[in-house]
Amino acid sequence: MSVITKDKTATEFSSTLVQFIEEWKDKPGSLIMILHRLQQEFGFLPRPAIIQLSQMLQLPLAKIYGVVTFYHYFKLTKPGRNNIQVCMGTACYLKGGEDIIHELENLLGIHLNQVSDDGEFSFESVRCVGCCGLAPVAVCGTEVFGKLVPDKLPEVLAKLKSN
Amino acid sequence: MNTMNINIKINGTPVTVPAGTSVLKAGKLANTKIPALCAHPDLKAWGACGICVVKVEGSPKMVRACTTEVVEGQNYITHDPDIVETRRTTLELIMSNHPNECLTCPRNGCCELQTLSAEFGIRDVPFASGVRRLPEDLSTPSVQLHPAKCIACGRCALVCQQMQDVWALEFLNRGDQTRIAPAGDVTLAESPCIKCGQCSAHCPVGAITEVDETRKAWAALRDKSKEVVVQIAPAVRVALGEEFGLEPGTLVTGKVYAALRRLGFSKVFDTNLSADLTIMEEASEFIHRFTTGGELPLITSCCPSWVDYLEKYHTDMISNFSTAKSPMMMMGAMVKTYYAEKAGKTAADIVSVAIMPCTAKKYEIQRSDDMRSSGAADVDLSLTTRELARMIKQAGIDFVNLPDEPADSPLGIYTGAATIFGATGGVMEAALRTAYYMVSGKNLTSVDLVAARGMDGVKIASVKIPAGGKEIEVRFAIAHGMANVKVVMEQVRAAKAAGKELPFHFIEVMACRGGCISGGGQPYGSTDEVRAKRTAGIYKDDKDSVIRLSHENPSVQALYKDFLGKPNSEKAHHLLHTHYVPRPLYVK
Repeated sequence: MSVITKDKTATEFSSTLVQFIEEWKDKPGSLIMILHRLQQEFGFLPRPAIIQLSQMLQLPLAKIYGVVTFYHYFKLTKPGRNNIQVCMGTACYLKGGEDIIHELENLLGIHLNQVSDDGEFSFESVRCVGCCGLAPVAVCGTEVFGKLVPDKLPEVLAKLKSN
Repeated sequence: MNTMNINIKINGTPVTVPAGTSVLKAGKLANTKIPALCAHPDLKAWGACGICVVKVEGSPKMVRACTTEVVEGQNYITHDPDIVETRRTTLELIMSNHPNECLTCPRNGCCELQTLSAEFGIRDVPFASGVRRLPEDLSTPSVQLHPAKCIACGRCALVCQQMQDVWALEFLNRGDQTRIAPAGDVTLAESPCIKCGQCSAHCPVGAITEVDETRKAWAALRDKSKEVVVQIAPAVRVALGEEFGLEPGTLVTGKVYAALRRLGFSKVFDTNLSADLTIMEEASEFIHRFTTGGELPLITSCCPSWVDYLEKYHTDMISNFSTAKSPMMMMGAMVKTYYAEKAGKTAADIVSVAIMPCTAKKYEIQRSDDMRSSGAADVDLSLTTRELARMIKQAGIDFVNLPDEPADSPLGIYTGAATIFGATGGVMEAALRTAYYMVSGKNLTSVDLVAARGMDGVKIASVKIPAGGKEIEVRFAIAHGMANVKVVMEQVRAAKAAGKELPFHFIEVMACRGGCISGGGQPYGSTDEVRAKRTAGIYKDDKDSVIRLSHENPSVQALYKDFLGKPNSEKAHHLLHTHYVPRPLYVK
């Protein structure tokens, strides 16, 4: 009975996404899973997409935002084309994870959770990614970079850029 | 319903309480105060603050009294040196990220955290200050968010979501980054907020407050080129006394008039008179729709939060809304036209001030151009009961010992029907008293419409009115506490969709639980206990009134005769009616 915003939402949901939401929306506890799927579609959670989801699920927008902001994993802003996750779990931290972050800041000219001007890169710190034997570790998409040292980072960035 | 009783002990003293009672409530029943900052009788407890810890005899652990149900035979220790020390530490931790700005805080002197700090004799906080300087939200004319002062107790979000079903506020982020804000960092004004102010009424600290406009009122009173006229709402007269140590529900009408005069207002008018006027307009509108097959049910529109809510959440019902303005806006229009004419002034010469139990009234006075029917703002300033109390204190007025004074002519006389506008069901009862007369030509033998009264969230009943040899039945519904509205609206929608007979002809809605008597601008501490006392004060005022029917108000009769013509006349429509527009929940 109510209109969430006046703006027509420009976001197009693919038919598979719509199908997925329709399939799960009435099952209890499905919100987080649906949000995962939504983020997979867009790379982050654009506000118009959340608004559209709120309409489809008949859930207050505030409730969805409460969940989205509670979990580190969900992103409200668009990350770089390559979003590098630097592990700061115990092992990686002890093996110099912080140096990796400092060097990325130097090389990219951005801070944690920021996006480079060309939209190519962003980076964030995450907790244990589950391969402590390779510490310190960074992950980008499905690629894992182990036993990192700051000197190896230009090579890593070049590789990601050429992908 | 579980009516089983359970025998427990509080600090060794036997007490019998109903099963399902929390230890916190059981403590209260045993005259033991267990401190708490997040629990509130209006809300389901959720154990956020940790101040209410108690011990169960025989167990080394401490449990939270608010979320622990009593168990047969157990002895609960509510205070011992361990518990006091634990509470102190929790308090110090809360204070470690709370700004130490009591002197300039709107809640100075009426803050639950400040009171606890005083009781615990906290002199310094041993933890480093972790105050987060989050930006304030000053976007609405009614309430303001001061997130730096938030102690994350969650009351506001629970009120906004559970009691009001508005969902303007939610917890964002988590852990030490947790904060209360509208979804997606839009401002409150851009959110579904309906300005009811229940968040501010439930906030234990100064994190959400009404917009204080007392200085604007003083500035108007200092301006010698203006005449400053004031009106007071029904619910103010049974609550203002609390600010001066009187019991909730104490009727202080005559003292409020006297105090307002001493503050410098040139004329003291009563919103109750325009409540009678509202009844004349609304009852006529109802009868017109009822007898000519117009759009039904008719829905009352006195409550500005409800207006805002309907424009956002029930847009398909806009044509069912009574076009009659609220009593405050009707009085404003009369002050700046009828009274101005009598006093030989123009609308621009007069500053019209309203004293309301409500924060949303501050929004209402600027809701649309209809609120300027006199050519200027019909109401220039709307102050809450709390703000008026502050002004009276600033002026050094000994409120309790003031003599009772009358209101001013020509807009000061009211009936019992008007005064009950302050309580849930009151508008319906008043309207039906007059509708009965308008249809049957006779007055009700007993004007007390008991079915409309009481604290049930939704009340449904009907009255039979004799009309030309037969009887017509008017079915009505009353909802209060915004979350209770949905079920009523859904019933209407379902009947309309199925082409069935309407379940109700007339619906009254008030946003706040209990109606305006516990509005967002009333003195702090509204609970059902306080609501019951204020409500009793309202109905006593009605019962003691010589005239209890709006259509018998001589001033209202004179107003129609001299100025407006008939109810729903063209002039009345221009000055006393308004329009509604659908609004999106979020501006962006």
